[in-house]
Amino acid sequence: MASNGQAKYKVIGTRPIRHDGVDKVTGRAQYGADVNLSGMLVGTTVRSPHAHAIIKSIDTSKAEAVSGVFAVATSADFPEQGDRVVQLGEGAVNMRHLSSNVMARSKVLYKGHVVAAVAAKNIHVAEEAAKLIDVEYELLPPVLDVREAMQDDAPVLNADIRTEAIGAPPVDDSKPTNIAKHFVFEKGDVEKGFAEADIVVEREFKTATVHQGYIEPHNATAMWNADGKITVWMSTQGTFTARQQTAELLLQPVSNVKVVPMEIGGGFGGKISVYLPPIAAVLSKKTGRPVKVVMSRADVFQGSGPTPGSYMRVKLGATKDGKITAGEAWIAFEAGAFTGSPVAPACMCVFACYDVPNGRIDGFDVCVNKPRANAYRAPGSTHVAFAAETLVDELCEKLGAEPAEFRLKNAAKEGVRRVDGPVFGRVGLEETLNAIQESEHYQSPLEGKHRGRGIASGFWFNCGLKSSVTATVNYDGTVTLLEGSTDIGGSRTAIAMQLAETLGITAEEVIPAVVDTDSIGYTDVTGGSRVTFATGIAAIEAAKDIKQQILVRAGTIWEVGLDRVSYEDGGICGPGGKRMSFKELAGKLHDSGGPIIGRGTSSEADQGGAFGTHCVDVEVDPELGKVQILRYTVAQDCGTAIHPSYVEGQMQGGAVQGIGWALNEEYWYADEGDMRNPTFLDYRIPTCYDVPMIETIIVEVPDPSHPYGVRGVGEVPICPPPAAIANAIYQAAGARMTELPMSPPKLLDRILEQGDQ
Amino acid sequence: MPRVFIPPAMRDLVPGCDSVILDGMTIRELINSLDHDFPGAKQRLCEGDALRPGISLVIDGNASSMGMLQSIDEDAEVHFLPAIGGG
Repeated sequence: MASNGQAKYKVIGTRPIRHDGVDKVTGRAQYGADVNLSGMLVGTTVRSPHAHAIIKSIDTSKAEAVSGVFAVATSADFPEQGDRVVQLGEGAVNMRHLSSNVMARSKVLYKGHVVAAVAAKNIHVAEEAAKLIDVEYELLPPVLDVREAMQDDAPVLNADIRTEAIGAPPVDDSKPTNIAKHFVFEKGDVEKGFAEADIVVEREFKTATVHQGYIEPHNATAMWNADGKITVWMSTQGTFTARQQTAELLLQPVSNVKVVPMEIGGGFGGKISVYLPPIAAVLSKKTGRPVKVVMSRADVFQGSGPTPGSYMRVKLGATKDGKITAGEAWIAFEAGAFTGSPVAPACMCVFACYDVPNGRIDGFDVCVNKPRANAYRAPGSTHVAFAAETLVDELCEKLGAEPAEFRLKNAAKEGVRRVDGPVFGRVGLEETLNAIQESEHYQSPLEGKHRGRGIASGFWFNCGLKSSVTATVNYDGTVTLLEGSTDIGGSRTAIAMQLAETLGITAEEVIPAVVDTDSIGYTDVTGGSRVTFATGIAAIEAAKDIKQQILVRAGTIWEVGLDRVSYEDGGICGPGGKRMSFKELAGKLHDSGGPIIGRGTSSEADQGGAFGTHCVDVEVDPELGKVQILRYTVAQDCGTAIHPSYVEGQMQGGAVQGIGWALNEEYWYADEGDMRNPTFLDYRIPTCYDVPMIETIIVEVPDPSHPYGVRGVGEVPICPPPAAIANAIYQAAGARMTELPMSPPKLLDRILEQGDQ
Repeated sequence: MPRVFIPPAMRDLVPGCDSVILDGMTIRELINSLDHDFPGAKQRLCEGDALRPGISLVIDGNASSMGMLQSIDEDAEVHFLPAIGGG
């Protein structure tokens, strides 16, 4: 670890055993599919076999007549939403679209779109009954390619969509379109910038639709009580957004809905939107019983939100002495069935690693007949890093520049204005580049035929948003910490460590628990690499609250004023050298005034963004087009690593997912919009047999907006891998790859093309 | 005084400028000043008494959820950017 903070802290920077570890490794942790309530029914969904069709009619009578079936639901059981747009934590959502995505109304917009649901005494009866639901469709031509969907004569998915742009005049065009949004960013004079360049590189890039690949499928169990209260047990990245979405979709007050978070088997952005809770709730209302619905793997692939496929045209110019003069990007993302792709952050990330004095970026959010896109780890940034970092490598080649040196010469740093406008504060891209340059990996020669080395950098904003924490001092000197941030990557321990550090106790003396929406204050999603940062700040505030109350209590016990007691090193100091440990004082709470409960919130703190640089060695089989990852190193600015093992785990996990994007993962569609590989057998995510041990270098450039300097860690590491691998492939095989995944057939084609030239 | 960056799609109202210096101590005051100098600007940015859905207010590089209530330092930079979500 490249650290400048050794021995600064007692708890932060150590590696305690995670609080949820025993339950996880013994199989006792309770996930959504483990929920089993008295009288519970099991639900299943009926999904469209067509990518684009009008629903002419739905006949549920045969299904309802099956013995053991308790209820069938269709869109008629869900309230109309009108034109409402609702703020849902991370952004505004069109409720008509969200509702139509949960249960199709007049049209189906992708294969796998839910059209009905059944609740029965067991899954076998439910599935048999589901087959008896007769849906009459009028087929429409699907559009699957983003550029085809932008054409004037393309089939239009949604009659209510007109192109919107921030600051644009009101749209008066009555003709609907698939282009839901157009984002524009400009800085300087891009024509002048390219005129000043000695070298200009420009290429087109394409990336495939890719799924987050979380192991645990979506699930929800709902009980709609006779008193109108709805309880949902589910796997989610955000209980409060799940509560709000469910309430809004059912037109219920949020206080009528309680979401109980079960342990979560991965999310990566894909478990923020709700799919099943409203369906389970409606089936529960109709039956008076709790209803559990769990997606199959095929349902997850075809019915939940992947990251979109994209088309990008990117151009960069530089002087012969290696300074970037201009950048231009035209980026179109497949939103899927409804608006909401991450093309805006893609636009804001495409040149974020560099000081680009002149730039223009156009981004388009385009509906196609695929599942509604959803967030996936640094949404949009991996796509554009593939394009921009490939071009940077090409610039280096044409200029004869050393890749890390060129990046350092142009690196984003404090004071640099991004093309989208804001100016960077203290960030650590240069430090990650230095760390890679100085690494044993980068310093080692790479020998052998068909081998190559590539590097690439990546950026993600990270965010703050809102978090709440309460902490109760127990009489044995421990502290029970309640939080609303669902724990995907070990965050409950990282939050507990910040509370422990502030109180001067050990991490083991904190007992963290992720609780339901009735038991903690509002907390935004576990996403945006925000939890260790923002919920950490809330925990620090709760600890400060406890410390203040403890000082008052010590004054009471010692019968002195508050000005004569102080909190030092995990204990309280008083007059005449008196000292009482935190544990000793906790033991006296009963007799000195009762319980102490600390409260903390975080609301307006915002992070400064984070960078990573990766280095990879590959070997290309020139006869098969197969790429083997030989060695892989990640250097990332993590601000302050609270629990270095979790930080390393995030860096490794993100890199491996990025390797999956780079080499294997893609939705295979037939022309009619039928995904042909909706299983993990055919949709190939990397396994331990595909990757070497990912080496990690933690770079610590503390974020000044957090008391301990935390920066979010989880998202940045997925950004650089495709570009780093593409650059390594070029070194190994001379093939400049511009389409993801760089799977054997594509790479072999490029190698053969090279041979023909 | 605060500097307000104009979204490119709105620069038809503010020809030749990517930003303007305006008087105001809150976002509400700044937008009203902008609308006074460049009529129609408020309608482009606001729906009713709030920023339009999908617009993220960014002050000196930090996103704010305070909307029209956000107070502004004298030398602040104000951006209206797309709201983004992480994974």
